[in-house]
Formats: sequence, structure tokens, C-alpha cells
Amino acid sequence: MSKLRLLFVKEAQSSYISHLDLLRTFQRAFPRTGLEIRHSQGYHPHPLLSIVLPLPVGQSSVCELMEFEVTQETDGAGIAEKLNGGLPAGLRALDCYPAERPVRELADLRATLELEYDCGVPAGTADQLRELFSRPEILVFKRTKRKELAEVDIAPMLRRADWTEQTTCVRGDVVVQAQNPGLNPQLLAQAVERYLPELTPDFVRVRRTALLDDSGRDFR
Amino acid sequence: MDKRLERILPRVQKPARYVGGEYNAVVKDLSTVDTRVAFCFPDTYEIGMSNLGMRILYGVMNEMPGVWCERVFAPWGDMEEEMRRCGMPLFALESGDAITDFDIVAFSVGYEMAFPGIVNMLDLARIPLHSADRHGLTPLIIAGGTAMYNPEPMADFIDIVSLGEGEESTVELIELHRKARQEGWSREEFLRSAAKVPGMYVPSLYDVRYREDGTVSSITPLDGAPQTVTKRIVEDMDKSYFPVKTIVPTTEIVQDRVTLELFRGCIRGCRFCQAGYVYRPVRNRSRELCATYGVESCNDSGYQEVTLSSLSTSDYPDLTELCDELEDFCAQRHVNLSLPSLRADNFSMNLMQRLAKGRKSGLTFAPEAGTQRLRDVINKNVTLEELLRSCHTAFAGGYNAVKLYFMLGLPTETDEDVLGIADIAARVMHEWREASPNKNRGVRITVSTSWFVPKPHTAFQWEPQISREEYERRVKLLRDAIKTKTVTYNWHDSATSVIEAVLARGDRKLCKVLETVWRKGAKLDAWEEYFSYDRWLEAFAECGVDPAFYANRRRERSEIMPWSMISCGVSEDFLWREHERAAAGVTTPDCRTQCSGCGANRLVGGKCHV
Ligand code: SF4
Repeated sequence: MSKLRLLFVKEAQSSYISHLDLLRTFQRAFPRTGLEIRHSQGYHPHPLLSIVLPLPVGQSSVCELMEFEVTQETDGAGIAEKLNGGLPAGLRALDCYPAERPVRELADLRATLELEYDCGVPAGTADQLRELFSRPEILVFKRTKRKELAEVDIAPMLRRADWTEQTTCVRGDVVVQAQNPGLNPQLLAQAVERYLPELTPDFVRVRRTALLDDSGRDFR
Repeated sequence: MDKRLERILPRVQKPARYVGGEYNAVVKDLSTVDTRVAFCFPDTYEIGMSNLGMRILYGVMNEMPGVWCERVFAPWGDMEEEMRRCGMPLFALESGDAITDFDIVAFSVGYEMAFPGIVNMLDLARIPLHSADRHGLTPLIIAGGTAMYNPEPMADFIDIVSLGEGEESTVELIELHRKARQEGWSREEFLRSAAKVPGMYVPSLYDVRYREDGTVSSITPLDGAPQTVTKRIVEDMDKSYFPVKTIVPTTEIVQDRVTLELFRGCIRGCRFCQAGYVYRPVRNRSRELCATYGVESCNDSGYQEVTLSSLSTSDYPDLTELCDELEDFCAQRHVNLSLPSLRADNFSMNLMQRLAKGRKSGLTFAPEAGTQRLRDVINKNVTLEELLRSCHTAFAGGYNAVKLYFMLGLPTETDEDVLGIADIAARVMHEWREASPNKNRGVRITVSTSWFVPKPHTAFQWEPQISREEYERRVKLLRDAIKTKTVTYNWHDSATSVIEAVLARGDRKLCKVLETVWRKGAKLDAWEEYFSYDRWLEAFAECGVDPAFYANRRRERSEIMPWSMISCGVSEDFLWREHERAAAGVTTPDCRTQCSGCGANRLVGGKCHV
């Protein structure tokens, strides 16, 4: 038995695959590896397969992690390549290796935000964003687990946000808290809408770029 | 990805169904492509992707050099609204390109309620709705599928109807279209030649006249089009295409598994069943090939369920041997085999229990009618004894749920037949009491009735559908007769069946109705969410069409049916003979017991290999 971790990209068409469907997609690609995913014991056995920080539908990522157990002994070599033979466009396994570091050491995630302005970026946008995201309190509405809307302060979960202006887009390079609780970078756009309504972008694109531990190094 | 699409997707339900990119979706380099085909399914992605016929033709067309066949499904209401708002035309999933300028736009039409959806998709694609308003060679609008055995209500919208199995004829048609484009033929020249390809029906080349009373007085083929167009079939199933490498959706669809087609056609001859007649004769795929395809498709797709599909799977001659052959593979790969259609006989029960391996999901039987008399009328050769014996075996084996399917409104049905359904449910209940080893868990018996819709090319094509009031009276009669709480009774909503009955045996006068009802908002009318009976009634009234003329009228033997130019190989004389035997309550043996001379043998060179 081996406990493994898979590093993969989820982008383009695959960014619209829901969490459950993503698990199903990996399960179907799995027989290609010649390995067998372990199932839980009990009345309704389910495959021991989980995504470390499920990505919201519509966002893309180059650093997704999936954990799973296989019945055989393996260090994971070759698995990523074999899986890639059966995956949809935009889903690509990069590496597979034994799961060693505990997931709790995953502290932050880094993402890029693209705020698109179809009629050009309003003057001074980046400066105003810098000011907004350095405030001590930034309140947005968030759905709770019980599906109610609650106001949360995202300032303490925001580690860093750098903004650069392009012609029709402002790019944000942000680092946010990954878990307990995690911050969905999309909420930064919501904060813009609330505090700087005149800078509400026409569209927002989010892409995860890295998972980090608390010393800022890549978590794998 | 198209920028408009990217912005729409966060706002619609189940966005994954609009993006393509699934494993095995075919993407071609445009510089190698001279024929672009949009293969349209006038229903949602989940329904369309569950259709085996579509997967077969997708594979066949994409194997043709220079041809790129892409999929198009009907957008759900929220998506359609967004697309119309931002001016985004209907697009193909593989490339994301608008299908407006594709060479061929092909529709797969399995049921009549999809007709308004086709009109809507043409409009979304910005293609002129009427064949007469399309002047060039492209886009060519073609259609096929079971509902196209009477394409007359769609005659104004479709350029060519492809009848029967399309593996060979589609290739021929595409080649002809390519030649026409290369040589610069006119649209008329092309349509005239297409009409000479066997199996191709070109509605615009037929002049249909009507009598004062609304019935057809004559059908005259023009410009050398044939008097009758006979459907095409693949004679040898071992040479027919099977999509071993097939698209694996990344969002759940209705039939999310490998569908292994064991044979085409059906030996049974149920008199109400359109599929049973139009897919004749039966043609089996060899066991070896079935087993190979089963294994290869699981290996490629990673699916862990294989359904052994056919109109009546337990009639496959080598079914036990096939299951034996697949057993090791299935055990080792944790693949389940399932049988979709089950006959209530010992053989099927044993096999089913063996396949179920402890998973005791519900059992489904379709006796269709409540008394032996009526079952003889419809030629559904299952007896009450067989049904009860099967239920007994199942209950004794630990099953505690049975679903029973019936039809109300079958020709000659009396109140006694209706009450017979309640009686069957009670006897099944009794069987459970006798057989169940563990009565504490209780039992669930579900009785479902649908409303019989007379279909073209069947023995009942001359029969009226009973009125809506009468149908509802019979539903109530049955509801009151089912007394035990353990029996749940579900009945099919009546309004859709009325419209289905009108469209199924409709003629060209309904084209106007379809356009009208679409303009009033009809699109995904197979869905309760979108169906509106009143909208249809308004459209009938505005067009001066009486729905009862189509649904509730008994036809004479001598009447020219609107679909008379179309033959599925079964002769009308045979259908009438079956009609008369039904009236007399006489059954007809299945094709394996004895050939009844339906005429379909001429499609396979004279003798059916049943
Ligand atoms: S010709 Fe005879 S054997 Fe063949 S399908 Fe018709 S009835 Fe059956």
C-alpha cells in the first residue's frame, strides 16, 4: 500500500469540471496506471481519493494536489504520464510522488487575478487597489456552509497583493491564506465592487499559481 | 476559448456541458479539413451524449479524411438566454466555432417532442429556417433517427432525411456533397442526385396534395425522385462500426457507462412498438466481437459499468456465453454488467441474479397490459404466470422492489383490462408475502402507466388515440382500484402524449404549427419545465389545424398515410395483417419461432438470420 500525491494542472475547458466530476474523471483514468485505488472499508466503500484544496469551478490552476492510496507498493514514478493518456483537455498531471508532508503545513496560496476593463483601465486603478487592499478591514459577503450570506473580514487572510496595469486589464499577484479558513481570491474582486464600485471590472479571471508553506516555499 | 463564452459560463448551470475538450473528443487541424459537419442533438448534452447512435456516426464521420464532425447540443434555457443576449450563435463543442457556415448540419431525432427544438437550434445557428429559403449548397440540413420515419411535420425545414442506419449512407452523402461543392453544382442539382442515394428522402422533391377532408390525396415524386424510399441498414453487424474509443464526458450524463450493442432489431413483434418494426430485421453481432469491444472500451474509457444494450437483450442467442466470457475481466477490473431490458422468464432471472452479485437494486418488468386478452392483442408474449414466477424468484433472492410498466388506452382496452393492472400489482404483492425471507424490510411495488401513442409503421398506425377525458377516467379508475399502500401508482402526464400523437402521424400542414409554436416559445418540449399545452393549442387554433384529426381519428385501410413514401422494409400489407390479428386477439410468433413474412428479409438479401 502506498499513499501518493499527484500534482496537476486544471485549466481551459477543465476549469469547468466540478469537484465530484473531477474525482470521477481521475478514477476513470486510473486503470491506465495498472494500479488499484484503495477503497474505504465498510458498508459503502468509496475510493480513497481526495483533492487537497478543491478549486472553485471556473478558476484555473497549475498547482492542484490530489491524494490517494493504492494497494500496490510504488513511489509514484510513471503514474503522471500514464494518467495523461486518458485525461480531458486542460487537465494534466505533472508529477506523482509519495505523500510525505502533512497537508496542515500548507499555509498560503498564490494566485493571479485579471480584472478586465473592456473600455480600458480607468486611470489610477492600480493605486486605488493598492490602497484598498492595505486597509485594516475589508468586508465582503460570503456564503456560509449553511448557505447563508455572512459578512467576513478578508483583510487578515490577505498576505500580499501586487497590482500592475495593462491596457484593458489589471493583474493582481496575490497571496492569501489557504485553509482554516481559506480565502477564495475571487472575493477580492467582490471587495472592489463594494468599495470602489466605479472600478468594477467587466470580468475577473483567477488562476492559482502556487501552494506555499508558512515560510513561503512551495508546498508539494 | 471564446471570450463571450468565458463570460457567460460563470452564470449558467452545469457549464461543463458547453465547453467540449472531453477525452476522445476529436479535434482536427483545419488545414486538413474540407467538410465541416455539425452533428446536432435537439436536447441537452446529458441526453444527447447518452445516445449510442450519435457516438457511432461521430466516429464514422471523423474517420473520413477531410471531414471534421463536431457535436452540438441544445442549450438549456439559461444558456440560451445568455447566448441570445450577447449575440452568440449556436456553436460546435470541439472548435467553439459558430455552425452557421458549416457544410452540413445534421440532426439526430429520436422523438417527436424534439421537433420544436430543431427549429430553435436552426434559429440559434442563424440558418434560415425553411429549406426553400436556403439557396447555396451549404449549409445542408439533414436529419435522421427514429422520429424521422415520419418526417412530414418537419418537411419544410429539412433538406434531406437519412432513413435507417447511417453508417454507410452518411458516408455516401458526404462524398456526394463534397463532389457537388468541388464541381460547383447548384443546390437543386445536388438535391436531385441525393434523392438517388438509397435511403435518402428529399422532402422538397415530393408534391403532396390533400383532399377537402384533410387526408392525403396524392404523393407525387418530382424530378426522378423514387416513389418509395427504403431505409438503409448495415447487413453484417460484425462489419458495422463500434465506437471503442468513445468520448468520456467530464460531467455526469444519463447513460454514463459503456453501451455494448449486441444486436439490432427485435424478433418479438409487439404491435405497438415502432422500434420493433422499423429496426427489422434482427442482426446479431458475434459473441467474440462483443466481448472484445466490451473489454477494449472499458480499457480505453475507464468505465466500470457495461450495459448490454439492445431492444430485448435476453433474446441475444449467446447471452450466457458472452457473460461467461466477460466474467474474469469484469471481476478483475470491478466492472459491472447490466441488462437494461428484462423479460419475465426464468432464463433472464437467473442471469440477472448472477450479474447482480449481491447488489439488489430494483427489478423492472413491462407487461404493458393488464389482462392476457389485451396482451394477446398487442402481441406482448408474457404470461401472468411467468411474471409471478419471476417475481417469486426475485423476492426469494432478497429483492424488495419491483417496478411494473403498463400502457393505458391500447386498442380494444376495456375497464376490465384497466382493473387487471391493479390485480397484477396485488398478485405481485401476494407473491412477496409468500416468498420473501425477510418481511421486516417491507416491499415497494411501483405501477407506472403511460398513455398509448399510435405510431407510424406499426400495426396500430390506423388506430385512434383515446380522448384525454377518457384517458384521465381510466387513470382514476386504476388509482381507485389500487388500495394497498405498498403499491405506488405513477401515471404519465397526459398533455405531452396528445401532442406526441399529433406529431407522430402528422403531415406537412403541421410545419406551420411547429413554426408557430416555436415563435411562441417552444424549445425543449420533451422537458416538463418547458412544455406548455396551451401554447400548442393556441398554435393549432392560429393555423386552423384540428389536433383531433391527427390524434383521435381512425384511419381507413385505403387512406394514404402522410409517410407513405417511406418504407422501413416492413410491408403495409403485413402491418394490416397484424392489425387484423390484433382485432381478433390472435398472437403472431416471434421471428425465431417462425417467419411471418413481414418483408424486411429483402433488406438482407432474402433470408433473415435470426
Ligand atoms: S422477414 Fe420474417 S424473420 Fe425477417 S423480420 Fe420479417 S417476420 Fe421476422
